[in-house]
Amino acid sequence: MMGWSAIVWGPLGIGLSEWTQLFLHFTTLSLLAVGGAIATVPDMQRFVVEDKGWLSDAQFSNCIALGQAAPGPNVLFVAVIGFSVGGLAGVVATLSGTLLPSTTLALAASRWGNRNQLSRGLRAFTSGLAPLTIGLLLATGWILLQPVGWHWQPALLVAGTLLLMMRTRLSPLWAIAAGALAGAMGWV
Amino acid sequence: MPDFAAPSAHASTARPARVADLFWAFNRLALQGFGGVLPVAQRELVERLHWLTREQFLELLSLSQVLPGPNIINLGLILGDRFLGWRGGVAAVAGLMLAPTALVLALAVAATRFSGVPQVSGALRGMGIVAAGLILSTALKLAPGLQHNIVGRPAAAALVALTVLAIGGLRWPLAAVVLGLGAVAVAWAWRRSAT
Repeated sequence: MMGWSAIVWGPLGIGLSEWTQLFLHFTTLSLLAVGGAIATVPDMQRFVVEDKGWLSDAQFSNCIALGQAAPGPNVLFVAVIGFSVGGLAGVVATLSGTLLPSTTLALAASRWGNRNQLSRGLRAFTSGLAPLTIGLLLATGWILLQPVGWHWQPALLVAGTLLLMMRTRLSPLWAIAAGALAGAMGWV
Repeated sequence: MPDFAAPSAHASTARPARVADLFWAFNRLALQGFGGVLPVAQRELVERLHWLTREQFLELLSLSQVLPGPNIINLGLILGDRFLGWRGGVAAVAGLMLAPTALVLALAVAATRFSGVPQVSGALRGMGIVAAGLILSTALKLAPGLQHNIVGRPAAAALVALTVLAIGGLRWPLAAVVLGLGAVAVAWAWRRSAT
């Protein structure tokens, strides 16, 4: 059972110093999130799991899975990481850290940006960073699969997911549901 | 930058009257978006509400993609701001985030409470594997776009490989990779775009 204190401050009972570290780390990642927040997952994992030991590999993967299973923007997984580390206070730290810098920049760029003046720079910026975005997504998939280990059942599930997404127009929700079923039955 | 106030040949036909309209519109589209809200956003904002033409939506989307941060959040913020000022932007982002965050946290509480049940931990494990597959599939879907990248195909492939190695293999910090490798890549693209 989770008590109220665990809901507000998290199961670890983080203090102000940990809260500040969490907030600041997610703040620094905000403007590096080229290609969306999911590209910063490797660095979040490094900080939360490997450096701080706040979550285990499996708990971290659960956060990503829950974020993908719920409706809404993909960035929701950030709220789940915050909640798992520091309860509702952690949610405030990770969500505001992730969103405040990037939204401030977006607002400023939208209001003062001049498309014609910036076009060559913008094109160089997007073109240059596109390969990095793809590399970051591949690395994210790799890191999330590492604790699973190389067995044929998870490999089959990954291959099935890729096939569904690349070859059909079905909602990703079906893949998530299939994964939940396969896991609950103990197949993977 | 499209000026939504000025009428033009491609002017959209409607606009939100109040800040609350923005909140409810984005709340509605967020709750329909499983595994990504952008396709739903296009359908709702362009086809149902007629707040944007398809061209305006595409322009707004590419601007949101260039900027760091979640694309759909940037899009909602900029659209709300252009229609009704910063309050409109905040309302759109709140609409996108509030209900889905409450839902996902309720899911997280339930998952923690029942994590001792082997079926629940198994289901989470299976969902985690699929989540990794979904992220990989996004990368594979985007990869063909690199063929026409101004950095050129060999350089693009090398940049992908180096990023995977540095982040996935060597576990270097993201800041070092984006600011180091990213700066080299952008400078290279800038040079090549001149010719």
